[in-house]
Amino acid sequence: MKTLPPIQYLDQEGQPSQPCPEWCNKPDWLLRCYHYMVLARQFDTKAIALQRTGQLGTYASLLGSEGIDVPVALSMKPSDVLVPYYRNHACQIIRGMPLEEAFLYWGGDERGNSSDQMGEDFPNAVPIATQSLHACGVASAFKIRNQKRAAVTFIGDGGTSKGDFMEALNVAGVWQLPVVFIINNNQWAISIPRQIQSAVAQLADKAVAAGIPGIQVDGNDPIAMHEAINNALNRAHEGKGATLIEAISYRLGDHTTADDATRYRSNDELKAAWERDPIKRLRNFLALQNFWDESKEQALLQETHQLVQEAANKYIEISPQKIDSIFDYLYAEPNNQLIEQKDWAIVKAMQGGSHYEGESS
Amino acid sequence: MKHNVCLLEAVNLALASEMRKDKEVVILGEDVGVNGGVFRATANLRDEFGLKRVMDTPLAETMIAGVSIGMASQGLKPIAEIQFMGFIFPALEQIICHAARLRNRTRGRLSCPLVIRAPFGGGIHAPEHHSESTEALLAHIPGLKVVVPSSPARAYGLLLAAIRDPDPVIFLEPKRIYRSQQQEIEDNANALPIGSCFTLREGSDITLVSWGAMITETLSAAEALADEGVNCEVIDVATISPLDVETILISVRKTGRLVIIHEAPRTGGVGADISAIVAEQALLDLQAPVVRVTGYDTVMPYFRLEKHYLPNSQDIIDAVKQTVEFV
Repeated sequence: MKTLPPIQYLDQEGQPSQPCPEWCNKPDWLLRCYHYMVLARQFDTKAIALQRTGQLGTYASLLGSEGIDVPVALSMKPSDVLVPYYRNHACQIIRGMPLEEAFLYWGGDERGNSSDQMGEDFPNAVPIATQSLHACGVASAFKIRNQKRAAVTFIGDGGTSKGDFMEALNVAGVWQLPVVFIINNNQWAISIPRQIQSAVAQLADKAVAAGIPGIQVDGNDPIAMHEAINNALNRAHEGKGATLIEAISYRLGDHTTADDATRYRSNDELKAAWERDPIKRLRNFLALQNFWDESKEQALLQETHQLVQEAANKYIEISPQKIDSIFDYLYAEPNNQLIEQKDWAIVKAMQGGSHYEGESS
Repeated sequence: MKHNVCLLEAVNLALASEMRKDKEVVILGEDVGVNGGVFRATANLRDEFGLKRVMDTPLAETMIAGVSIGMASQGLKPIAEIQFMGFIFPALEQIICHAARLRNRTRGRLSCPLVIRAPFGGGIHAPEHHSESTEALLAHIPGLKVVVPSSPARAYGLLLAAIRDPDPVIFLEPKRIYRSQQQEIEDNANALPIGSCFTLREGSDITLVSWGAMITETLSAAEALADEGVNCEVIDVATISPLDVETILISVRKTGRLVIIHEAPRTGGVGADISAIVAEQALLDLQAPVVRVTGYDTVMPYFRLEKHYLPNSQDIIDAVKQTVEFV
């Protein structure tokens, strides 16, 4: 098979490597994209700081995925459905998840998946690749009901080795489902590098076996990503079926805050990856187009920093759920065993009980 | 309209009835379309309801479960068929990690109203992996309901309830009695309650608790014992999870004696749980130790030996006598 280089409009300095689409002559979309990329990174910095100070649980950094998630979220329609893996908080936030609830999820609280603003979007899938199939089910529902909507689902490079992913591509192909699969190929699955996952030249080639188009895109280039996702969404909305997009990026952080990537990858490789940083790349292009300058940059940094700080403060103020909650949402109606066990749990949480933790709200 | 049907035909009647009533109900699985399922549980449904509502899938159980979850999150009511319960294992990650948790994980924002049907149990001389009874694995999972019918009427009524249930239901069909008994049932779209035992025979001397194909053996044992003057109360558990503890306890408090019969392996079986509940809540009402009549803790043998594995009515009679004669 002929292997083409990833689709790219901006080189790593932010210079056009081929003529950009016409919409790039207007600042609107590009500035929105940049705003959210910076916001996402501010969120990430704060989340890591909260984790390091014991105020957040194990957290999966989004660092290096901004050039993928932000264009995807901005390209999707509100009526489309996002079926994320666990590194799509940038996408989730743009689609309506309140910032404080993004913290809440990583703070170990199910209410981080519950807000009405998330619409019909799926919560994070922690078991690898399982979400690919949920997206196919959502897309099947759209197709059965003749709705002009699409499901968009993400996966990491490691996840593409799992059967669920291949089963999902396969059914999406044979049922011609309105689904877009996006691989965030950030080169690392914890400590396992991309070349140990698969002998295939491009992960996008896995689409061939399913009879759907697969393309490789520079995931650090928001313009290329916007073009790719728009084309894929149009195909889905027009009933032409599924697309697989392999977005080439680099995991600039550790796998999670429980990981230490210095154990298995070189500092030189990481330094080289920072040269391809999607935020720097878009900023350079914006400056080149005269859409951006240092004062705007400072104002944006301050604005996003403040948004994130306020959200973090709100998050910290949110009291834990009452213990009742673990029983209340398991079924539409709790069974007798759950009603009885809930009473035990409530009594144990009361003053004098074995699990009393002081008065909460 | 009354129909004289076997359990398998009752399943088909219930599926058709609910699909006519509720356009959100869809069926998917291997061979469920043109072929009507390898047992014919979905026979003729493709003709009546079309390709979009009766979907033949690629041969991939994980996919069947995962796609059903996505459909259910959109408010469809998928009924997925796993061709044999021995092939449900690839789908378990989807069932356990997602179907059972979607409501809880999102605090009710999304839910998962799906049914997974699977024929289960031994006794039909099938190849390896076609005869196991693994209901206890699923009963252990919070967020699922596990239902096992043991007659045509209960298959019809419980399947309707399973489809209408707002949460995921695993519906296990005892294939050994798929065609062995006919029963007249009214196709009236009336559901039976999930989470309730059915007392099939009243008696004062001893309580027999069972489910699925073992109900047939249990009823025939009770019949034989009645001739010898032992009056057995026979309870069909019907819903393995959540268990209707009350009906069992009331009966045991009356009879003071309990034998639990299941085809599944003994250790960690649902019988152990019922026994524990009785020990916790009705120990002083017991006049004899609880006895379990079960399959062995072995792999289900190939079919030349399967009769040795499966409990039969004589095993039940022996256990009852041992219990009744205990002093």
